[in-house]
Parts: sequence; structure tokens; C-alpha cells
Amino acid sequence: MRVNLNGRDLELPESMGERRLILFLREDMDLTGAKNACDIGACGACTILIDDEPAKICIKRVKDVAGKRVLTIEGMAAPDGTLHPLQQAFLDRGAIQCGFCTPGMVLVAHAFLLKNPNPTRLQIRKAINGNLCRCTGYQQIVDAIEQASTHYRRPADYPHPGIQPLAKAP
Amino acid sequence: MKDALDKCWRNDGPAKVTGRSKFSDDLKFVRLLHAVPVYSDFVHARIIRIETADAEKAEGVLRVLTARDVPGANRFGQIISDYRIFADDKIRYNGDVVAMVVAETRDLAIRAAALVRVEASVLPAVLDPEGALLPESALVHEDRGSNIVNTHAVRRGDVAKGFEQADFIIEERFSTQSVEHAYMEPEVAIGVPRPDGVIEIYGSMQHPFSTRRFVAACLACSLAEVEVVGTPLGGGFGGKDDTAAIVCARAALAAKLLGRPVKMMYRRDWSIRESYKRHPYRVTYKMGVTKGGLITAVQCRILADGGAYCSVTPWVTWRSTVQCCGPYRVENVHCDTIGVFTNNIVAGAMRGFGSPQMNFVVEQMVEIAAERVGISGVEFRNRNRVRQGSVTITGQRLDTHKVSMGEVLDAVLKETDYEAKLAKCSHGTSSSDELYGIGLAMSYRGVSLGAEGVDQCAAIINVQPDGSVLLEAGVHENGQGAESAMTLIASRELAIGVDRIRYRRSSTSSVPDSGTTVASRGTIMGGGAVTMAARELKRKIAEAVCTELKCLPEDVSFDRGNVCGPGPGAAMKFDDAIALMFRTQRYPYACGVFKAPPVSWDEKTGQGDAYFTWVYGCQAAELSVNKKTGKVTLLSAVAAHDVGRAVNREMVRGQFFGGMAMAAGYALHEEVKSKDGRITTLNLNTYRIPRAMDLPEMTALIVENPDPQSPSGAKALGEPTNEILAPAIANAIYHATGRRERSLPIRLSAIPEEPQEEDCRL
Repeated sequence: MRVNLNGRDLELPESMGERRLILFLREDMDLTGAKNACDIGACGACTILIDDEPAKICIKRVKDVAGKRVLTIEGMAAPDGTLHPLQQAFLDRGAIQCGFCTPGMVLVAHAFLLKNPNPTRLQIRKAINGNLCRCTGYQQIVDAIEQASTHYRRPADYPHPGIQPLAKAP
Repeated sequence: MKDALDKCWRNDGPAKVTGRSKFSDDLKFVRLLHAVPVYSDFVHARIIRIETADAEKAEGVLRVLTARDVPGANRFGQIISDYRIFADDKIRYNGDVVAMVVAETRDLAIRAAALVRVEASVLPAVLDPEGALLPESALVHEDRGSNIVNTHAVRRGDVAKGFEQADFIIEERFSTQSVEHAYMEPEVAIGVPRPDGVIEIYGSMQHPFSTRRFVAACLACSLAEVEVVGTPLGGGFGGKDDTAAIVCARAALAAKLLGRPVKMMYRRDWSIRESYKRHPYRVTYKMGVTKGGLITAVQCRILADGGAYCSVTPWVTWRSTVQCCGPYRVENVHCDTIGVFTNNIVAGAMRGFGSPQMNFVVEQMVEIAAERVGISGVEFRNRNRVRQGSVTITGQRLDTHKVSMGEVLDAVLKETDYEAKLAKCSHGTSSSDELYGIGLAMSYRGVSLGAEGVDQCAAIINVQPDGSVLLEAGVHENGQGAESAMTLIASRELAIGVDRIRYRRSSTSSVPDSGTTVASRGTIMGGGAVTMAARELKRKIAEAVCTELKCLPEDVSFDRGNVCGPGPGAAMKFDDAIALMFRTQRYPYACGVFKAPPVSWDEKTGQGDAYFTWVYGCQAAELSVNKKTGKVTLLSAVAAHDVGRAVNREMVRGQFFGGMAMAAGYALHEEVKSKDGRITTLNLNTYRIPRAMDLPEMTALIVENPDPQSPSGAKALGEPTNEILAPAIANAIYHATGRRERSLPIRLSAIPEEPQEEDCRL
């Protein structure tokens, strides 16, 4: 079973297929950015991207990503640590408080902006509606996604985490 | 440094946005064991036997612990020691933990937990708080002789006379619901036995010092033998105090007995089942007003359902009592408050702490009164609100700070164009399916603990030989940005960049016990301590460098990374000044303490200077109500709060929006539902917190009147933002539909074409 995890190919034994995906990432790979907060796919804190589509992985198994491309929050920044413009926007706009929902929020926003780089604020709200946040009231998260959207309007320029290394930050 | 102050700055931001931040469940420990709680199906029952043999024999299980295994105190509490680490004599609510299974893996522990059997004789469940007061009611705690947790009162003037002077008397009843904090991170605790015998605790809790007290009491050891290490917290909102501390105590107990690290991580359904909630209130409120629109008297009875254990019910209901008339001058007040024990879920601290309930009542009462008098709600508020030098209903003169009640009200009226929008409200009729309404509410709030308890906080600044700074304060990072605020305050005071300051990972073993990070006291108390520490450090630096700068110590100033004398060119770099101190055998180390100014309280009369300072806030909501479905759509929300001084502007805005969102949920969505004492809304699919689409665009108006009694100038914000949007929404719904909603959460059905009972026009 082959899985591309944050740009790197992994070969996993078939016997791992039934392992809960969230435990595989958090415990076996030490990728603890995806959080487990409800176990039933209700809150979105465990969101990752599978082939650029957001997925709540507390209800998924390793076999669900066989042959697929997986992006976790740990794959968003450049290998040299340079933040993705979307991550920088979350910092600049005060979109982070406790930070527990942040990895899922960033990834769901990334997937959305890949598809719609010119969104209205209402479209942004709709895109993150499945991800719960108790601290921020979402206002500054929407601000951050709106600010970052400009970077997605130049597809040739914007980095695509998990597929190609980020260019050096300007 | 200027950049950091203009933009949002968080010391933990990069770690949180990259997933590197390590919350409690993200930490790894070698040979870690897992513990899970065991519940019973009972709601109120006397325990006969807890049978653990089968669970103990199950695969992977090391130990099943019950109350018998607790070497020290099994009962603890901040006010009354009645909260059990494990149920011992009785089960008092459905979330009581009877045992704990410790196993090699969490799955094996969960499997074994199902094998624990509880034999108990069922007692009548006390589920109605009014019924709990009847003489024939069963008792939740027999040793207390009644189901009363506590009472409070305000006795001011003569209400009989006050009602005689009134032209109108309005009497209403209100009720509010049980509310879950719904922090995104459920409770987690890890106990780690250290080689030196100390138990280290990593956990999701907002009160490291009370956690340490719980743990030490449970293990029968000294405070010095427990170290609670600050760990990034996935939200608290008041909810990670008692329960979270008990979870830590259980993990510590297992770690101590088994000699291995033990993690106790809560599933969401366990968290909702066991952790305390916001109190449901029932309030009877009688107000007398004159034709001239002045309040002559208020008589009220407040009944709070405290659930199975005391927790902080006496303190929560005390704030409700002190603030029972809202920010209004009332000469004659008779208020009786009762907290009761029931077999419902425990109620305790939640953001607002007794004010959201009372503001829901008072801010509708003033609008009802205004309508009877025939003036607008705004005009009524202006005639009765506190002003500079006003005396509160507890006899406190508001003269130590700027009373900005009018300023925040005006800010909201102007931003919303309130009067114009009020004229457009539907009052129950419209040509389309949507009814339009706008409404507002305002409050004042006593800052920090007040007469609830001893209020002080410490901070330590320890400058290193290269001039870099280690900072720590006795407040906890709950997610609100406390560490960043402390760092910004130190940066401003010392005139050095935030990049030179590292906030130390806090620990109960390094900084003095500074109480709990609740009551919106983090910035005012922690920031006060940091300011005092910085001033003490500057004094030490000034003494060390004054000879070099050819001046007196008091003439030394600090400016943009330099330590300066009064003369031209008399300056040295901060780093060089520090190096000089080390060369001359002086440590650039300071511990600062901020002691809250004195407060007073007479429990019998309910009179006294309840809080050393107050904050003022006003919020408005615009909404539409669908006539056919009753669905409420929020269109906008605007808030103005006097924060004293804004330390980190984007984070200040974040407190506004987060508090308002939570209040919108309180108004329209949220309710912990129970059936026969068993909670049915056990996860985030059935307990519905606001989503991005449920909320409108929100506006934050930051009002700054630095408080002379606060060393940093900052006051409080976390709770004020959460305590008035629900009544603003209720008032807006009234202006839209002509219906007065007296019960939370507000659930509307279809709206008939004509308003039913009341004349809705102002």
C-alpha cells in the first residue's frame, strides 16, 4: 500500500489498513497537528487533505488513503520553515487563539482556495462551516482566508504544499 | 517593536499554525499507561459495592482504582470539599466517576471499563431546583441538612416605599438553560513520576495552582512534591477548573501507584457527561418605575441550579447578586439569591460567571419598563445608568476610574445608526416573509475576583547575561494570548523588542501561587505583576548604571533598547547595561507582585465595595425572523467595550468576536439536554455550538480609558464580551416579532401575522 504523505512516498504493509488514520498519523508518524476532539466527524479538528479534498479522519482508516496524496498541517510550510501565505495570514489577522482548530481550519481553507481563489466572505464562511471553533467567532479566520486568497489568484506563483517545494518567501 | 504592537503578535502563533504546538495529548512518554473513567447508569443512589474483579482480569489491565485506593483526601473543592475524585458513599449525578481502569492501551482500558459493576440502591432523584427546596425533598448531601448550597442578599433602602413611589410595577419571570463550554480540546491529564519522587503533571487545565492543591491532597503529599507544568490549552472558558483538576489528580494517583507515566484523555461524551456547566437560572423580577422613567425599586429572587456538588456556586451567584440590577442606579433593592444542590450535572464557572443569566433578565426588564413609561429603551437606560461618581446597589461609589457607560452606549448607537434602524423594525408585521429587528443591551462588570477571595499575582523577569529576557507570570495561557500580552507589556515597559523576550514555560514550582486564570483577571492581574517586576528591574538597572551615565538613579530612563541618562549622548545599550550588572555582581532579576486594591463585603446586607474596578460594555444585534419557520438570521452584531488599555489589538478584537459568538449560541442554539438526569446531548453533533454560517459579520469598537489602579492600564474583556449579546438578540427579536422571549435558548415557531398579547411598539 503506497501513500504519499506531505510529498513523500511511504510504503505501508497491508496489515496497517484497518488502523485508524488519525492514530497512524498522530502516534506512528508523530504528526500531531490533526487533533482528535469528537471521534465522530462532527468538529473538523482532525481535518487533513486527501487528494486536495478535506477529510475528517477520526472516522477514517489507513486503507482509505491507499494510493492517495495526503497533506497534513505539517506539510504546509516550506521545508526551510517559511510559512505558507495562508498560514502567515492566520497569524497576521489574529485568527488563532487556542489553536486547537487551527490546523484543520488552515487545511480546509487551503483546499477551498485552490478551487475558488476569488471568494466572497459568505463563500468562505460556507467553506469552513464544517469546522468548529469556540474561541474566535470565525471573524478573523474569514479575514485571514480573504487576505490569503490573493496568493491563490496567481496559480503559477503560488506554492502547492505537498506536491512541490515552496519557493523562498519574497 | 512597533510592528509587533501594530500587527497581531503571538509568541505561540508560529507553533500553532504549523501544527508543531504540543497540546497535552500530543506529548509522548515512554512506557505510558492509559486510564479511563468508569461511570454508572445511576443518577442518585447509595453505593453498596463496586465490583472490579472482572475488569482487573481483563487483557492489558494493570489496576482498577476506586475511592479506597486514594491515600489522601478523596473529597476536594475550592469552597466546600464535596467533589469526589471517585464516588464513595453515593452517586449524586450521572457523571460521577466510580472507578478508573488503568491499562497498557486506551482501547483495552475502555473495553475493561465496561466490566466494572456497580451495585447501589436507587434514591429519588432531585431534578427540579424549586422542588429541591421543599421539606419533603430527598437530600443530595444529607450532612448539610438541606439542599441549599448558599444564599446571598442585597438589602438597600426600603423596597416597600420604593414600590409606593412607582407609577408602574412590572413583574416578570425568566429562565436560562444549562450550557456546555465546548472547549475544542477535551480534558487530558498526564501524571509522570519523576526519579526524585515529585509527580509532574501535564494537562489541559486553566488552574495549575488549584490542580496542584487537588493532586497534593489526593496523594497526601506536600505542594512541593507536585509540579504542574503549563501546557498549551485547547480552550477553557472557565470550564477547565475543578473537573480538569480532578482528572489530573486521577492521572497523578495512577502514576504514583504504578510508577509509570499515566495519561487520562477524555472522550467528548465523557467530557460533556462529567464536566460542570453554566448554571441554569430561574429569576423572578419586580421593578417599580415612575412616569418620568426612573427606577424606584427592584425586588428579585434568583434560583441557581448548582447540580450535584458545590463547585463555585457561591461565587457565581454572588456576582449575580452584586450585579442584579445591571448598570443602573436603584435606591431600593431587595434581592434574594439561592444556590441549590440537585442531582443534575454540576454547575460551576463559565465565561460570564453569573452575569449572562442576570443580564438576560435586566436588559429585557429595562425595555419592558421603557415601553410602559412610553420612552425608548435607550432613553430609559440613559436616565437610570451609572455615571461618574454614582453609587452602585451595594453602596460602592464609582470614582476610582472613568465610568464609561455612556461612552460605550453612544459608540454602539452611532456605529449601528440605531435610532434609524429601530424605526424600521417590523413589530410583527411585514410584507415579506422576513421580520426585521434590532436590539441592544449593556452592562457593567466588576473586574477580577472582587470580594470572592484573595487577589494577587506575581511575575518574574530574569535577564540573562547577553541581555535576553526570561519572563514568567502566574497567569495561564488558556488560548487567549496571555503569554503574548505579558510579553508585550514587558516589552513596552522595558523598551526592548519582543524578540528579546522569551516567555518561560510556566510551572507551579517556579512562580508564586497567583490564583487561577479566570474572572477576566489575566491581563489586569498578570499585566500588573509584569509591570511591577519591570519597574523593579529598571530600578536595579538604574542603580547599576547611574555612575557610568553620570546621573542619579531616578534620572535614568529607558528608550528603544537603550538605558539613558538625562544628558545628551548619555546612553548605553540595554544589553551593555545588563553586562555591566553581571560584571559588578548584581543580578538583573526581579519578582513583581500586583496586589488587588482592597474590597469589602457584608454578607448580611449585601453592601460593600464589591470590586476594585469596573468595566463597561454595550452590544447590539440586527436580525431577521422568518414568519413561516421562526428561523432567526443574525444580520450584524456590534460591540463596544472599555478595555482600559488594549495590549494586543487583534487579540482584543478576537476576545470581542469569540465572546459574541458564544453569546449568540447561548441565545439561539445551545442547551445541555437531559432526560431523567442523564445528559442526551453528549457530542458536538447534538450539542450545537455556532458555526461560521450561523454568525453575522461582527464589529469591535475598542474603547480605552486606562485604569489608574491597574499598573499596565489594562482592565478586563474576556467575560464582558460574552454577557450581553443574548439580551440584545432577545430585544431585537421583540422588535421584529412583538414577542418577548423570557426563556433561553430562544426557539421560535411560526409567527402569526398579528402580534398576540403585547403592544410591541415603543
